[in-house]
Amino acid sequence: MPRPTPSQTVGPFYGYALPFPGGGEVVPAGHPEALTVHGYVYDGGGAPVPDALVETWQAAPDGSLAGRPGSLRRDPVTGGFLGRNGLDFTGFARVATDADGHWTVRTLEPPSGRPYLAVCVFARGLSHHLFTRAYLGAPASSDALLSALPEERRTTLMARQESERVHRFDIRLQGEKETVFLDFTTSHTSDTSGLRHGSGR
Amino acid sequence: MAGGADRPAHPGRDFAPYRSSVLRHPKRPLVPMGGDPDAAELYGPVFGVTDVTELDADLTRQHQGEPLGERITVTGRVLDRAGRPVRHQLVEIWQANASGRYAHQRDQHPAPLDPHFTGVGRCLTDDQGRYLFTTVKPGAYPWRNHLNAWRPAHIHFSLFGTAFTQRLVTQMYFPGDPLFPYDPILQSVTDPAARERLVAAYDHELSRPEFSLGYRWDIVLDGPAATLSEAALPEAVVSHAALPGSGEDR
Repeated sequence: MPRPTPSQTVGPFYGYALPFPGGGEVVPAGHPEALTVHGYVYDGGGAPVPDALVETWQAAPDGSLAGRPGSLRRDPVTGGFLGRNGLDFTGFARVATDADGHWTVRTLEPPSGRPYLAVCVFARGLSHHLFTRAYLGAPASSDALLSALPEERRTTLMARQESERVHRFDIRLQGEKETVFLDFTTSHTSDTSGLRHGSGR
Repeated sequence: MAGGADRPAHPGRDFAPYRSSVLRHPKRPLVPMGGDPDAAELYGPVFGVTDVTELDADLTRQHQGEPLGERITVTGRVLDRAGRPVRHQLVEIWQANASGRYAHQRDQHPAPLDPHFTGVGRCLTDDQGRYLFTTVKPGAYPWRNHLNAWRPAHIHFSLFGTAFTQRLVTQMYFPGDPLFPYDPILQSVTDPAARERLVAAYDHELSRPEFSLGYRWDIVLDGPAATLSEAALPEAVVSHAALPGSGEDR
């Protein structure tokens, strides 16, 4: 079994490489069923993180997890970006936080069986990305992750509905209301010592 | 023990010598999700030929003239934890130019910008999980982590597997760089064997006469792979096996 390649921080200068126009517009602005999910990324001092990269992935409204190509369609004529085609639901968004540490994704509501956006956070200073989930609406009581968490931790995974189609999801990397972050590698028992604990003990 | 089998492959998130990590890492344990077969994260975004152009894999041909610097090709395979190739997935790279300057407004290191080099590339892996980029060797550059802090030359890589859990952003280094012991970002990986896996190998077989020097770097994605079979992937993804810019014959 090959050993994994270690993670390294995304650093401060990814901005001309990874973000792409319309990265947060999983559905076109103005789509009648578009949901806006937005929030801030904060550090342990409560300051907004202006150079974080947020990626989201989710099931399509019909439950499909197969995804579709076309998130960052390129223009072979100019070498620039064409934008999504407005038809295929790719399930993937990528947004850099702005100078206020704010990010916005416009997408369709995930299905009731998996009523969340899977969220992956990268930042300068963060040596290894972090996974969390933004639950939209009231999840089933049978949700294994939420039901295993104490109330005050669970609330960090619940997007707050601000208006009919607008949900707020803040990510706190550290501190009193620190967001719950998830470890998907526990089956690899030999590798978990550095992953199970955010503090890297 | 050989190869550091009992040591963490990944850097601890609270590595204090890397100053920016201090307020940007969680202090509570991560919540283990290994047992959830229903997680959406066991699947992930897919990319296709519309998401790249042929020129994206050649960072020396994105402007009207040739960039300054030592021309190199960098190639390797992307594998999962079982050693299987990660096929038809997106690989993105970015880097400083040969003088050690990024094409980013916030990089004010007084080294020259190169009008013929931006330093961004992307490609899809081929049927064997191979990627290939043509670029120039990036320069080392100073940063303000501590007095006289210099980053060894490196290329940033972003990778997707078949599952979102396999997502990886990392950095590739060049063999024999004297700055390795002084770099808290590389040293945040505390296992020497794991650090070695971030260093490419010079491969003379990959060097092209009168053109470029060749480096080989294989990448292994951590995390559980998707249960999704290739047959279930959209036609557009699997039908373009021979992808421009990702074969070794270019």
